[in-house]
This record gives sequence, C-alpha cells and structure tokens, in this order.
Amino acid sequence: MPAPIDEATVRHIAHLARLKLSDDEVHRYTQQLVAILEYVQQLNRLNVDGVEPTAHALPIVNVLRPDEPREPLGAEKALANAPQKAAGFFALPKVLDQEGA
Amino acid sequence: MTDEQSARQIAQDVAARKRSAESVVANALDRLHAADNAYQLLVALDADGTLARARDVDRRIAAGQRIGPLAGVPVAIKDNICTSFLPTTCASRILDGFRPPYDAHVVEKLRAAGAVIVAKTNLDEFAMGSSTENSALRPTRNPWDPQRVPGGSSGGSAVAVAARAVPIALGSDTGGSIRQPASLCGVCGLKPTYGRVSRYGLVAFASSLDQVGPFATDVHDLALVLSVIAGHDARDSTAVDEPLPDYAAELDRPPGKLRIGRVREHFAEGLDPPVAAAVDAAFETFRSLGAEIVDLSLPHAPYAVACYYLICTAEASSNLARYDGVHYGYRTPRPADYVDVYAASRAEGFGPEVKRRIMLGTFALSSGYHDAYYLRALRVRTLIKNDFLGAFRSCDLILGPTTPTAAFRLGEKTEDPLAMYLADIYTVSANLAGIPALSIPCGFTPDGLPIGMQLAGPLFAEARLLQAAAAYQSRTTWHTRAPASNRS
Repeated sequence: MPAPIDEATVRHIAHLARLKLSDDEVHRYTQQLVAILEYVQQLNRLNVDGVEPTAHALPIVNVLRPDEPREPLGAEKALANAPQKAAGFFALPKVLDQEGA
Repeated sequence: MTDEQSARQIAQDVAARKRSAESVVANALDRLHAADNAYQLLVALDADGTLARARDVDRRIAAGQRIGPLAGVPVAIKDNICTSFLPTTCASRILDGFRPPYDAHVVEKLRAAGAVIVAKTNLDEFAMGSSTENSALRPTRNPWDPQRVPGGSSGGSAVAVAARAVPIALGSDTGGSIRQPASLCGVCGLKPTYGRVSRYGLVAFASSLDQVGPFATDVHDLALVLSVIAGHDARDSTAVDEPLPDYAAELDRPPGKLRIGRVREHFAEGLDPPVAAAVDAAFETFRSLGAEIVDLSLPHAPYAVACYYLICTAEASSNLARYDGVHYGYRTPRPADYVDVYAASRAEGFGPEVKRRIMLGTFALSSGYHDAYYLRALRVRTLIKNDFLGAFRSCDLILGPTTPTAAFRLGEKTEDPLAMYLADIYTVSANLAGIPALSIPCGFTPDGLPIGMQLAGPLFAEARLLQAAAAYQSRTTWHTRAPASNRS
C-alpha cells in the first residue's frame, strides 16, 4: 500500500468530500487517519491474488420491477424540508458571479 | 420483565380488551419520561399524538377489525428510521428538525400489526459509533451504571428496553450497532440476515452492511417482532423474496441436536476474563441441553475490523454526499458562494466522527488509493465470508462473546477512534458475511455489569438461531434481571 497520508493529502481529501475543515481539524484528522491507516495495513499480510471481491453478501443481480407510472411525491412535499425555496424551486446562491457571467 | 409486560402478553390482553392500548401506552410514556430523566435516551417524543394513535388501535379493536400480533404494544424506534409523524434526525445537526415525507417499511409493518410507535431514540450520529457518545444531542447513559456507556450506535433503543420503559425497540446494525448495545445493557438484540428486512426508510450509512432489527427482553418477543417486520419489499431491491417462517411458532419446536461452533480466534488476547468465563459457562449449558460443541477456526476473523472500517467508510462517504445543504437539512447561514453551501454546511452540520469517516472513506476510494485500500478490503471480505461457509459445514451455529469487555466508562475511548472501533471486533464479521446474529445476556461481571453472548448462523437461519437462544433462556434467568432502579 502507498505511504500514510500527510496534511496536504488531508486537505485534498477534504476538498473532494466538500468538507471545509479548520487548520486544527486538518492537523487532528491527519494524525488520526495515519493511525487508522497503519492499523488497516495488516490487510497487506494476506495474499488476495485471484480472490474475487465481495461488494455485497447476497448473490442478487439486476433486480427489476415493472416500468409502470406511479404517483410522485409532489413538489410541495419534496420542498417541505428545503432550507431555502423560491417559486416552487430549491433556491441557491448564484453559481456564476455577475462579473464572471 | 414480568410476563405481563412482555409484548406478547400486552398484545393478547389488548386484543381481548382486557387492557386498552391507551392505558398501556400511557404507562410506557410515563416510564420513558422517567428513564429519559435518568439516562437521556430520547431524541423525540410526542405524548398527545402517541396517545391518539393508541386510541386508534382501541377503536380498530372495538369495531371488530382484524388486529395484528402487536396490538397496543409500545415500540421505541432508533432515530435513523423514518417516521412521518415524528422528526427523524439521526442525532445529527445536519438533519435537525427534518420531517420525512414517508414512513419506513418497518414502521408501516409495526403499525399495521397494531403496535404504537412511542418515541425516537438516541444514537451515535448517523449510526457511526459504539457508545452513543457521538450523538450531536447528548450521550445516553447505561442504566446498570450511569457513569458507563450503553454501547452503540443504537444506545437509546437498548436503554429503552433495559430500563423496562418499552418491551420492544428497533435499531439498525451495520457492524454491531444492535448486538453490542444489547450486550452492554443486558437485553436481547437481533441482526437479521442481510436482505431479510427491508431498509426502505432506514437512513443509509453503509448500504452493503446495514440491517434493521429488534431489541426485546427475551427471545420470544424478538421472534414475534421479526415475523412482523421481515419479508419482501419491492422498495428495497435487496429485500429478497425468501420464504418467511412464523418465527414465534417455530420457537415451540425443539431445535434438535445442535452442533455449536467455538471459534479459537474469539478467545485470543483482548477478551476480558469475566466475559470469557460467562461464555464458557454458556457452552456448558448448551452441552447440558444435548448440543455438541465443535472447535473451529475462522482464520481471517482478526482482519475483520480493518476490512470493515475501509468498506463502511467508503460506502458512508458516498451515501452522505446527499447532505448538501440544498434539498433538506441544515444550510450554513451566510455561504460565501455556491461551493460554500456544500462545504460549510457539511462542516458545520456533521460531527467529528462522521467527518472522520467521510474523510477515511473518500481517501479509500480516491484515485491512486482505491485498489490498495477499498478493493483489497472487498477481497478480504470474500475470505471472511468463505471462512463462515466452511465453518457452517461442520456446525449449525457459532457461539462466542458479543464484545471483548462489559460497558466501558463515558469518555474512556472518545479520544482514540481506533480503540472505539475495536469494541466491534466480534460483531463486524456477521455484517461482512451477511449472516444473522443475535446477542443475549449470559452473566454479569464482578462489578454487576451485564455480559452478552453472540449466536450466529448461516444466511436465513433465523429460526434455528432463535430456537437455540430460546432453549438457553428456558434454562437460565440472566435475561430476567433488570437494573436496580427499574425493577417492576
């Protein structure tokens, strides 16, 4: 396995995960993740050549249902928990600022 | 719990109109209030709405309608299971006040069977933890010693049953989150086979491992609830269409001559001596019941925690991407821009353990590390699953400790995530292999803390598992003991 991670990797991972971490958090998570990753290195002791991966414990593949129209949730219910809504839509800040647009 | 407070007795009395659902539920609400004051186990409770739903059950019975096997039985539900009539928060700030637009499959099934959902119970945020200390609300305490944790993540549900506030509670089990708190609180808890119970409406944590299951004070009530909640559901493509036995009726049949496996790796270093002694005594009880004890090895068992924490965090990092501050849940009050809506809302809305797991899972799935971590864990999962397939050729069930120690102290493991993960060492394998497993009380430590033992069986062998556990409880009284302040 590749070497354990440093603070730069942790910042990169936090960006991928869309988590805005403080410097303190980056520092703490780096230490903790290094310890956890050292622990999971034990999996390297096992020879897994030719072993099929198990993503799922049961042999279920491609469960299908009839393609029939059903009652949808409806806009009112779908928007009921939205933190901000406007005119029947989810509302968000502008994606492009005025100058950039 | 006295027989009069068992779920089956309540249901019988309510159906026969000897007691009203309303009076049973009112009593449960009083007990829940008292237990909550002492142990902080609740997330949400609505007394008026709950009593109204209890009166509905009484009306259905008075009108001569068919009522199910849980008539008037009060049930507490872990707060990661959706209820349209009570908020569902996963004990997370990011879902503060969230009101699902629908009920989970298991909630529909319980209500159709006459049960009354009385409260939502505390948990480790998003079911990530083994002590209920990761709740954004507050930690829950163990009724056997309030300075100790109840286990987790379904700590509130385990305590609701341990404190004799309700006869039945539901939890979810991704790596031991039903069995470990059942063990630490001295009650019974069952993780059914993956696919036995629909997860429709269970908030997803790790989708290849999550399963819903019951807590109760004895195996008969576990069986009764499993019969109600199990079965095919088209809304969860993993809820398989397997024949569904009447588990309660199966208990009346003797299990036959059982071969019970004793796994060498379960009795290696790290197991507390009083726990080992209690489990060894349980082997003797089974021997006296006519069982044959088979010594065996699960050679990859020591790798289960490492394997589990890579897989569950990878799946969690993907499942929890849906908390975006846009569609529902918490949004940061003043986002700098639209990316900040996601990144700041998630940073402010998730607690430290949830963030840690999202980080670990994102890392394990990221470019350059995916094969070395995630894919390797999936291959080791195959080895762990194959160990069980081999073991169940020479035995019918496997018996061992549920946890390495009895309940630990509040704060004891919060600074060391890895030490907390190792509390799951005996339970995670069943989730990786998909097999059913339950925990029932089997003794006490010299300090008076309950000890639990775990029975695991092959896929869909719940009936055999419950029969063996019921046979054990017919010979022992550990499960009848309640914490001192809650004896009725």
